[in-house]
Amino acid sequence: MSAAGTTAGGANSGASAPADLTRATAAELADLLAAGEVSSVEATRAHLDRIAAVEGDIHAYLHVNDTALETAAAIDQRRAAGEALPELAGVPVAIKDVLCTLDMPSTAGSKILEGWVPPYDATVVARLRAAGLVPLGKTNMDEFAMGSSTEHSAYGPTRNPWDLDRIPGGSGGGSAAAVAAFEAPLALGSDTGGSIRQPGAVTGTVGMKPTYGGVSRYGAIALASSLDQVGPVTRTVLDAGLLHDVIGGHDPRDSTSIPDAWPSFAEAARAGQRDGAVKGLKIGVVKEMSQESQGFQSGVLQRFHESLAALEAQGAELVEVSAPSFEYAIAAYYLILPAEASSNLAKFDSVRFGMRVEVPGGTVEDVMSATREAGFGPEVKRRVILGTYALSAGYYDASYGSAQKVRTLIQRDFDAAFEHCDVLATPSAPTTAFKLGEKLDDPLAMYLNDLTTIPANLAGVPGISIPAGLAPEDGLPVGIQFMAPARQDARLYTVGAALEQSLVDSWGAPLLDRAPARG
Amino acid sequence: MSEITPEVVRHLAHLARIGLTDDEIGHLTEELGAIVDSVAKVSEVATPDVPVTSHPIALGTVTRPDVVGETLTTEQALSGAPAHDGSRFKVSAILGEEQ
Repeated sequence: MSAAGTTAGGANSGASAPADLTRATAAELADLLAAGEVSSVEATRAHLDRIAAVEGDIHAYLHVNDTALETAAAIDQRRAAGEALPELAGVPVAIKDVLCTLDMPSTAGSKILEGWVPPYDATVVARLRAAGLVPLGKTNMDEFAMGSSTEHSAYGPTRNPWDLDRIPGGSGGGSAAAVAAFEAPLALGSDTGGSIRQPGAVTGTVGMKPTYGGVSRYGAIALASSLDQVGPVTRTVLDAGLLHDVIGGHDPRDSTSIPDAWPSFAEAARAGQRDGAVKGLKIGVVKEMSQESQGFQSGVLQRFHESLAALEAQGAELVEVSAPSFEYAIAAYYLILPAEASSNLAKFDSVRFGMRVEVPGGTVEDVMSATREAGFGPEVKRRVILGTYALSAGYYDASYGSAQKVRTLIQRDFDAAFEHCDVLATPSAPTTAFKLGEKLDDPLAMYLNDLTTIPANLAGVPGISIPAGLAPEDGLPVGIQFMAPARQDARLYTVGAALEQSLVDSWGAPLLDRAPARG
Repeated sequence: MSEITPEVVRHLAHLARIGLTDDEIGHLTEELGAIVDSVAKVSEVATPDVPVTSHPIALGTVTRPDVVGETLTTEQALSGAPAHDGSRFKVSAILGEEQ
């Protein structure tokens, strides 16, 4: 049976379209579109209807694309005219609001950019359009991607489709919730310290942070330039691979873009679905991130160890590895990120774009200060001021300089671990989704949530979160994270697809079939 | 690491060009103090023999051929500006009266 099998059934065998197109995976929609069983207009309309039905509860979108149906119709016409189209042509996609889009406002969840329509597309958005995908809209996020709950959005929080009183993760809670609530089959996210993977974990979806430099950052509103990476948010590993194939690869407009050729990640996922795909694969279990005493919820660890056992049953070999510097990762991250963010956010100066608060008789500096006071939310002010501190003369060496040394130590831990294994495994997040408001007044508690995801960003290595089941104590989704050496993203798709297939078989249906139906 | 006082926060906010109310300065002094104490942990292992890493993937400096490429038009560049005058961004006085 296919790991991608949902209520849509065997699209590969040419079966007819499912009653509800929003339940189909992107791979299934692509097959139905190619076979002429479904039009892009039908698929797009189904998702727009779903958005209209559930957004009152979920609030995953900040903007819904009012030209989506026209775009879909144009794809249908090209297909009808016999044009050979890319695999995902006609499939709808949601886009995190951190990415610049020519035809839709791009606010990064901030009041300071309210209503701003960029004069250019991010490279990843241009690639979506070139591949014929249909943008459904822009998804909600913590302001400038600063947060782990989407509660720091200036436009109100997104709610977790599994439990509306809980957070959908962050900063990309909108993308994860949209995919989990069947408001989009695919979404783009961005991951600076876990903003793709942690929302994936707490919503029961797949989230992939590629190798740093694997996907262009051109047109992604920068948070921390040495950490940011754009990646796919989907319901299956194969869909993530398909989307990664569309957006990835060298971009001359991003000077940190890796010029190497990449293998097909969809093929790597398909390879994982075949018997024996992980036979002999060495999985390193990170000793420092696998016990309750280290702050992990018991149900999270239970599903984590069951997932590892499922891979072991398929012939993978588990080895224990140690990464002693990982415990310093959060501290280093909360110096490096604010430092880079304080510099990146200097561009919001009330001159070239965004909000301006006029100060009668004031200088341009008075206008800047007043604009940034009114336009930035509390978390952004906190981090920009913290970053200004970290970079200021007298504190630089002890703070920012020391954090950069920890970055070296973390890279060394990864290098040492990968001498003993092919991939590393940890839980994707220490707990399941917490309640809205629970950590809002305690920034340090919020930061600790990124414990498992931050090391990959600091070292630039790829990481993926795969649904691992529901925690027995609260019935909420748990994610397992795999990390690979830089440039070895394909390994994550293979191991992820192998695990997904085995777990979905054992559950009898995809995890999201157990989420409340909504709408 | 230094003590975070209200004066330090006020100074940092000025450097960052963010206006803050006294109430915000009070909250931030407390919060930043706790965060700075927590992240000071990095100095435990950041010994002199450890080199710094500023970038995760080693790449050389990237150049491109020195030829005219596609650029934004003046209209596009000004399209998001809060105020403009002809082909220029318009701002308040850059220097104060006394200067």
